[in-house]
Amino acid sequence: MLAFLVKRLLNAAGVMLAVAFLAFMIFRFVGDPVELMLNEQASQAQRDELRVRLGLDRSVLVQFGTFVLNAIRGDFGISYRNQQEVFTLIVERFPATFELVLVATFLSLAIGIPLGVYSAIRRRSFAAQAIQFVSVLGVSLPSFALGILFILLFSVTLQWLPAFGRGETVALGWWTTGLLTPSGRLALILPGITLSLFQITLVMRLVRAEMLETMRTEFIRFARARGLPDHAIHFRHALRNCLMPVITVTGLQIGNLIAFALVTETVFQWPGMGLLFVQAVTFVDIPVMAAYLIIVSFIFVTLNTLVDLTYALVDPRLRQDAMAGGAHGR
Amino acid sequence: MAASASALKRLLGSDLGYSFRRSPVAMTSFFLLVLLMLSAFLAPWISPQNPHDLKQLFIDKAELPPIWVKDGEWPFLLGTDPQGRDVLSAILYGTRISLIIGLAAVAVSMTVGVTVGLLAGFFGGWIDNLLMRIGDTVLSIPTLLVAILVSAIFRGLLPPAMRDPFAAFILVLAIALTGWVQYARTVRASTMVERRKEYVLAARIIGVPTGRLLRKHILPNTLTPVMVAATLNLGLAILSEATLSFLGVGMPITQPSLGTLIRIGNQYLFSGSWWLVVFPALHLGLIVLSVNLLGDWLRDALNPKLR
Repeated sequence: MLAFLVKRLLNAAGVMLAVAFLAFMIFRFVGDPVELMLNEQASQAQRDELRVRLGLDRSVLVQFGTFVLNAIRGDFGISYRNQQEVFTLIVERFPATFELVLVATFLSLAIGIPLGVYSAIRRRSFAAQAIQFVSVLGVSLPSFALGILFILLFSVTLQWLPAFGRGETVALGWWTTGLLTPSGRLALILPGITLSLFQITLVMRLVRAEMLETMRTEFIRFARARGLPDHAIHFRHALRNCLMPVITVTGLQIGNLIAFALVTETVFQWPGMGLLFVQAVTFVDIPVMAAYLIIVSFIFVTLNTLVDLTYALVDPRLRQDAMAGGAHGR
Repeated sequence: MAASASALKRLLGSDLGYSFRRSPVAMTSFFLLVLLMLSAFLAPWISPQNPHDLKQLFIDKAELPPIWVKDGEWPFLLGTDPQGRDVLSAILYGTRISLIIGLAAVAVSMTVGVTVGLLAGFFGGWIDNLLMRIGDTVLSIPTLLVAILVSAIFRGLLPPAMRDPFAAFILVLAIALTGWVQYARTVRASTMVERRKEYVLAARIIGVPTGRLLRKHILPNTLTPVMVAATLNLGLAILSEATLSFLGVGMPITQPSLGTLIRIGNQYLFSGSWWLVVFPALHLGLIVLSVNLLGDWLRDALNPKLR
């Protein structure tokens, strides 16, 4: 187990180093940082001074080393656009994105699991077929288009829900939350649903497939023979055996949700780090882009590694495979 | 002609053709897709105006609603935008751009992925290790993020005047850069199985060169899962393109794809001109839906376990 742990951690570190290198290359070679930070009237002396101060006169390898060390300490430099520290900017925006992702994850489980169970138990019924079709529909309409259509229906036409922003927020230390105020909760509804729709279909399809598999097994037949009522068989026996993969996929998808939140945040002008990133891309604010890439990749890689380790802990066969043939488990 | 007719007859008579004729969903989505593609590629001949030609815009007919709403006017079936541009024409032209980019992205990622998969699976060793590790790293960052970054980097590297003409190329590259890994993995897996079979040994004994062996003997036997993946990925590629264009790192306003049209329409959301955003969005959904339904059917039809 220890060898597996070390191997997996080294793997994760390798990926993070590759991501950091990519971020560094963007930072260093897409446009000249000095030109981007100074205005056109700056003298040559000022340019040289900034170049030395940023360490751009040293060798690329040294620069990369400094970049990584600074990133580990949370120092991603100064935003070109509003001259603030990038790390502070992102940390300020993090709670908004986190709450959105949390709500979307909750919704995907709360809606996806029951729908999946239903469409597995009553597989041939009209409602189950309809659910299947709607799920294909949900995957086909991109989330930004759905979000816009929601705004059109619920904000512009019916005027039930706000179309943009977070509503009122309450500060708890450095954390800000919209969950404690009525307007904050209302503002979460549309973006939360928009972000979760793809996730709902994913959870639903997964639960359905797993349930169909489980319902064919011997122990379910035995449970029936014991005369247990249907709901006990379905929920206490079958569903419980399906939840492990659901939890894994949900965990893995949180990273993707954070990345996808940037689309939802753009549609709803949600003040999260995704919106910050999209604005940074439009203004070629490279330190913010680089920092966002590193932070989101870090979350993504951490979740992946944790899920892998949990799996190995639960299922010893995986450890053997991984040790025998590299991390792929060939 | 006769040869292609008999080939068509054979295709319809095959297992796949039989399953196709038996599935109303597959038939409907196939004909819908053909219709959508034809209307997009024939756009210059069938649409009421060329939305990119400023001389053809009707300034006096600006912001007309769709024809079935009060004040709607023939021939502007789906209304016009504030510049007097016919929405239906803009959608047809935009669909053409979206489809071309989607198809090109799938073609590029499929070519790269199949080549990588064949090489990795056939030669194994360090080649396999290197190629697959690169794939792992690409997939260890969320794909949307990779696409946005690639797009942003290329736009940053190109001088502003060059950005618009190359926008489509940049998009194809950005989407293909993450798409190839899936093909590479499936082809690698089937190649590793195929290379141990006797027909490969036989081909080697009679002296077939390695390149030819890979192309003519092994490749055809690995393509079934590739076909399914390519169909489903076409839907994904069209969605990615639309998302990037919506975020402003895709097609420019001068050559709007469906995503760009939705981005533009989004600005008029609160002015009451709902048709500017609803119709491009629904059209996009319809295309991806028919591609996805066709892909789902193909996956089931080619899966021997489900027969």
